[in-house]
Amino acid sequence: MPDPVSPEEASSKPPLHPTCEETTVVSLTPVGPSIDIAAGADKPLWLLDLVLPNWGRWRPGQFVMLRPAAWGLDPLWARPFSICMAEAGVLRVFFQDVGRGTAALTRIRPGERVVVWGPLGTSFAIRPQTPTLLLAGGMGLAPFIGYARVHPDLTDLHLILGHRQDQACYPLNLLPEGLSKEIMRQQSEEELQAFVEHLERKVLDYAVRDGLVLACGPHPFLRAVHGLALRHGVKTQLSLENRMACGVGACLGCVTEAAQGPPVRVCNQGPVFWATDIKL
Amino acid sequence: MDLSVTIAGLRLKNPILTASGTFGYGLEFTPYGDLKALGGIVVKGLSWEPREGNPMPRIAETPCGMLNAIGLQNIGAREFVEKKLPHLPWAEVPVIANLYACDAEEFARLAEYLAAQEGVAALEVNISCPNVRAGGVLFGQDPVQAAQVTRAVKARSGTKPVIVKLSPNVTDITAIAKAAADAGADALALINTLTGMAVDIRTRRPRLANVVGGLSGPAVKPVALRCVHQVCRAVDLPVLGMGGISSAEDVLEFILVGASAVQVGTANFLRPDMSFRIAAQLPTLLHELNVSSWEEFRGALQTWI
Repeated sequence: MPDPVSPEEASSKPPLHPTCEETTVVSLTPVGPSIDIAAGADKPLWLLDLVLPNWGRWRPGQFVMLRPAAWGLDPLWARPFSICMAEAGVLRVFFQDVGRGTAALTRIRPGERVVVWGPLGTSFAIRPQTPTLLLAGGMGLAPFIGYARVHPDLTDLHLILGHRQDQACYPLNLLPEGLSKEIMRQQSEEELQAFVEHLERKVLDYAVRDGLVLACGPHPFLRAVHGLALRHGVKTQLSLENRMACGVGACLGCVTEAAQGPPVRVCNQGPVFWATDIKL
Repeated sequence: MDLSVTIAGLRLKNPILTASGTFGYGLEFTPYGDLKALGGIVVKGLSWEPREGNPMPRIAETPCGMLNAIGLQNIGAREFVEKKLPHLPWAEVPVIANLYACDAEEFARLAEYLAAQEGVAALEVNISCPNVRAGGVLFGQDPVQAAQVTRAVKARSGTKPVIVKLSPNVTDITAIAKAAADAGADALALINTLTGMAVDIRTRRPRLANVVGGLSGPAVKPVALRCVHQVCRAVDLPVLGMGGISSAEDVLEFILVGASAVQVGTANFLRPDMSFRIAAQLPTLLHELNVSSWEEFRGALQTWI
């Protein structure tokens, strides 16, 4: 079983002085194959750049709540997004149109005002001299872009991206040069099965080397990684996502089952959890 | 003008409070504003024992509103008193404990414990939660039970004001209001959420695991205003109005129909600094409308005939 987590561990600390500010859209960029969507190509994913609010610090794995001022009273809730990058005065999130809120976000224009609160929640551990495996399922790539960019030693890291959509939909160019990575597409049950088997071999390898496994992606992907982590006893953190109203721990709408005790809030007790602390 | 109001002997520096269940235990919001700038803080509903709440999903967005079926997940009264209350600036902003129990006796025991805490300025009795099986809204739908719970709490709360929070899920809200008033309530708070439902035609499932939940947000404001209006005319008690308030204008609408103060609820989710912003915007709006005192404006609604 993984070691107990020391209190100094980044992910167990409370958020660092989040702020709530109105900021401005710099740009919205589709990421995807340059073929007409009507021709059957995958729908693009999106990079949204905002003027970086006046934060003190942030840590990869943390998230922000975004709510365009133009929404008025509807849609009611802000939407949570993992911080992809926060550097050079720009806050960047990577998102997919999956519903009413994100669909509205794909129509936002430069100059529009957006209320942003963050940085929120826990973050991924950064452990020097520790082989660290980054497991991204599709959109789950987002926090690892920031993680790889701020990590002090790229040679500790290896990224595996499993994805369904065209590879051109993922902004791999934002990953630092020299990052060791495998990009694997799954379009069939067989490919998915092979991917899970590959993950298991990798996780086992990191267990043997006393490494660290970090994962972010859709729920079935996280459930698979969670199972592997517990089976092989490798230190593993998972970044969960959930529907949220407030993002700050007040609404209790985003809870998930804890390994012990009452349900935990994904927003401010997560989104990054040690695999041993939660049930999936 | 002087923004302060006094409700059942409780002096508030302005009439903006936060509604229970939308503002955590208060501490969650300290990065976004000065708690002392609020008229009061009503904390998440407390039960005697901690409660784990309902299964997920618990929340669903609806047009200009939301449904919730949290099921009163809370850390329990003792943990609140020991771990949260000491960190709240209760000497400078009244902290109101919202409480929930399954029967009158448990309500009384909980009330006695909370009222005995120096940091608790008043009690808000939740007889109107639609999301719990035992008790909850049932107390708030029957005048006899509403009176029974009110009396039980009042008998054990010493000098602390007792606010009874009413459900809109009744045929005649004034009947419950009168029952609570006759049983000794010091003030009334309304409205709690409206029971509602949302379904997904693709998965053929309800959007909440609990099937039904409580509707809140701007969508319910007209219902809330009507309820506050009716209760203010029927009962001679101060009323804390709430339901969909998301601006300083909304605050004045509730005061115009007779509320003495208001609670900002779901709008705290639109942005975490919402209550602070509304409190900050109120003086400008009052100036613009040439309002010189609360006495002049409260309940000053002029009917057409």
